[in-house]
Amino acid sequence: MTGLNPANEQRSPGTAASALAIELVGINKHFGPVHANRDIHLAIKRGTVHGIVGENGAGKSTLMSILYGFYTADSGTIMVDGVEHKITDSRHALALGIGMVHQHFMLVDNFTVLENVVLGAEDSALLRPTLNRARDHLKQLARDYGLEIDPDAVVENLSVGQQQRVEILKALYRGAETLILDEPTGVLTPAEADHLFRILGKLRAEGKTIILITHKLREIMAITDEVSVMRQGEMVATLATAQTSPEQLAELMVGRRVLLRVEKGAATPGAVLLEVENLVVTDDFGVPRVKSVNFQVRSGEIVGIAGVAGNGQSELLEAIAGMRDQQSGEVRVKGKALSLEGDDGAARARAAGLAHVPEDRLRMGLVTNFSAWENTILGYQDQYGAGPGLDIAKARASASEYMKKFDVRPANLDLKTSNFSGGNQQKLVLAREMERDPDVLIVGQPTRGVDIGAIEFIHNQIIKMRDAGKAILLVSVELDEIRSLSDRILVIFDGQIVGEADPATADETELGLRMTGSHKDHVVTEPGTLPEHETPIQQTLVQMSPKDNSGRDTN
Amino acid sequence: MEQLLVDITLILDSTVRLAVPLILASLAGLYSERSGIVDIGLEGKLLAAAFAAAAMSAVTGSAWLGLLAGIGAALMFSGIHGLASINFKGNQTISGVALNFLAAGLTTFLGQSWFKRGGYTPQLSGDQRFNPINLPFAEQLRDVPVIGQIYGELISGHNIITYFAFVAVPATAWVLFRTRFGLRLRAVGENPKAIDTAGISVTRLRYQALIITAVLVGIGGAYLSIAQSAGFNNNMSAGRGYIALAALIFAKWRPGPALLVCLMFGFLDAVQFRIQGQVFPIIGEVPVQAIQALPYILTVVLLAGFIGRAVAPKAAGVPYTKER
Repeated sequence: MTGLNPANEQRSPGTAASALAIELVGINKHFGPVHANRDIHLAIKRGTVHGIVGENGAGKSTLMSILYGFYTADSGTIMVDGVEHKITDSRHALALGIGMVHQHFMLVDNFTVLENVVLGAEDSALLRPTLNRARDHLKQLARDYGLEIDPDAVVENLSVGQQQRVEILKALYRGAETLILDEPTGVLTPAEADHLFRILGKLRAEGKTIILITHKLREIMAITDEVSVMRQGEMVATLATAQTSPEQLAELMVGRRVLLRVEKGAATPGAVLLEVENLVVTDDFGVPRVKSVNFQVRSGEIVGIAGVAGNGQSELLEAIAGMRDQQSGEVRVKGKALSLEGDDGAARARAAGLAHVPEDRLRMGLVTNFSAWENTILGYQDQYGAGPGLDIAKARASASEYMKKFDVRPANLDLKTSNFSGGNQQKLVLAREMERDPDVLIVGQPTRGVDIGAIEFIHNQIIKMRDAGKAILLVSVELDEIRSLSDRILVIFDGQIVGEADPATADETELGLRMTGSHKDHVVTEPGTLPEHETPIQQTLVQMSPKDNSGRDTN
Repeated sequence: MEQLLVDITLILDSTVRLAVPLILASLAGLYSERSGIVDIGLEGKLLAAAFAAAAMSAVTGSAWLGLLAGIGAALMFSGIHGLASINFKGNQTISGVALNFLAAGLTTFLGQSWFKRGGYTPQLSGDQRFNPINLPFAEQLRDVPVIGQIYGELISGHNIITYFAFVAVPATAWVLFRTRFGLRLRAVGENPKAIDTAGISVTRLRYQALIITAVLVGIGGAYLSIAQSAGFNNNMSAGRGYIALAALIFAKWRPGPALLVCLMFGFLDAVQFRIQGQVFPIIGEVPVQAIQALPYILTVVLLAGFIGRAVAPKAAGVPYTKER
């Protein structure tokens, strides 16, 4: 029960010289009929950052769960520091120095940081001595790796980025030498992601091995030394990051050529279709989140709203879509003011020709327990059948048509929506909203948690809507996406539009500065960024790129 | 003046007696629910334990063996609950309600077929019961004003289970907040995944919690039949398991407040006995049923309006499955 910390007893000192921290040989894993991992071979060098990329469902997380002892492989061997181990549970993996930071944090929300860190690795039956020792240890780790955090803070009061730091501390406290991070930046703001990468850089410099699972190629290029690509349960390739390109990786992931840049013609803006005037919106606690915003969207153009998450974008979208009451101001569609007060605001917005693809498809866009066809008519159900009855045949017919048109796979009308992949769920929502031929389309985070192949498709659909003369308002926290899709960029900071830019000429650094409110005389330091870097992501990513890290021995 | 003090002491004394089974059942529920298992079956466990204790004590003549039998019965019920809700991932509320029905039917049936007294067990006396313990100096201090009254009546003269119940409260607080086991117990009820990824068995931890639950509620049941009363009678738990659960919710799953709430319920019960049959000005004589309903009415009122939001352990009621 005790002695996990520091967990060195199972690691023999003689093998420490092995150049490979982890080696997986011939790993196979089935879940029922699904062959999730197919004869996987993977070698990870000590002291490197090793990226693993692949689409959702490619088997990355399964493979890492096997390494971490959460699942047991059907066959194959795991070598840690050159010695074969049968890793039967997470405790065993931890004892071998393998720590994991899960995509969804494994923290107890109402515990303090300290309690979360020691949970499961307490070195005595009484808490107090354990906590006192851990407090000192934590201070030291914080100093060494820039993981500053108040040990007595309650986890639920911390930001997502800070919670992730707690997860990393948990692993380090247990003596992890190899750290697995599963999609670590998916939930982070750019500033937090920036901070995370700096921490990973420090960990690598201290000789730790890091396995980074992600589908963001930009992160792979910026921080990894080597990258392995998985596709449909198989390991397709392992490459040195310096000798590959995002295009090559994308092609390996999807199995065909993928255009990473969106191809679109020039916009031909027409009449103003959506107007927002002096809009003020408060959040659930009455705090103003959108502060007197004005803008217009014309037919045939895509207006992108760029900003760090939490600067009022969500409230803005929800207010325009009629999901949130507006405090003051006006929203006009085709010149007619929308009255959006009350519980049926969203229905009235839809009736006025405004369609909404919400930011969080699982919370607002879909009922995941419903089958596919049911979800394709949600919000438009009154168009099917008269009176209280539902014309199911008609609904199924149109659902089937949409699914074919948007290439939703599997094309099964009766499959529960939760069983579709993220990309296919998003396609269902897009199909539902786009196929009603709205005049104005507002889209939030269209490709969050969506595979590369599906991203390309979704982007093309949005461009198609623009070319058909619709007005499109796009909100995304992915600056790349905003830049490649938009015809005009509005930068939002602290609930206000602080600038407009032309995507063709906009300078990324300047956009980033505006997004963090630190442009020119308007300096606000974002909590979570270290003081020496109040710069946007890009700059630091370049600094941390292995190619520029000439002083460091990558082996 | 003197009489008032005597009256108050007597009411407080019966408050303590009436609160004991509630305190034990509340603490039992606390362990179970803190580990993430809703235990609506407390009522059934209390009843089964009361029956087993009385039956064993009647047959063997030993209150201690009766106590063990009570704990054993509660363990068996907890085992079924655990099997259904931990291993087979069934609905915890349904499994608990089923146990309540089982206990009600089984105690009556077994009681009738073993003792043939319409479900009652034989009257217990002497060593078949837990008798009052007189603390040292209780007799000598009896004549000292106030202190003698309080020490002699209120503090001294209870049976061993009563003292155990009052020690169990701080002990539970200590286990919960000061020990490794307590930390893990609280964690498994909030986020079992955190426990699983830390390499600790969720199943084992929850069974451990259920065992403690069974021991406490078993003692509580034994108290009903072989300490407070002198034998088992039909449905003698009379909803105390549910009241204990309500107390737990009032107390927001914390041992100290749970003690206070249980004492309050005990007090209401004690007052209820006292004012039965008394004639009040204007109202006249209040029907017995109305007075008996008082604690329950208060429960509803308090639960509905007074205590505000009671946040249960987040994973309570949710069977733990490793998902893909």
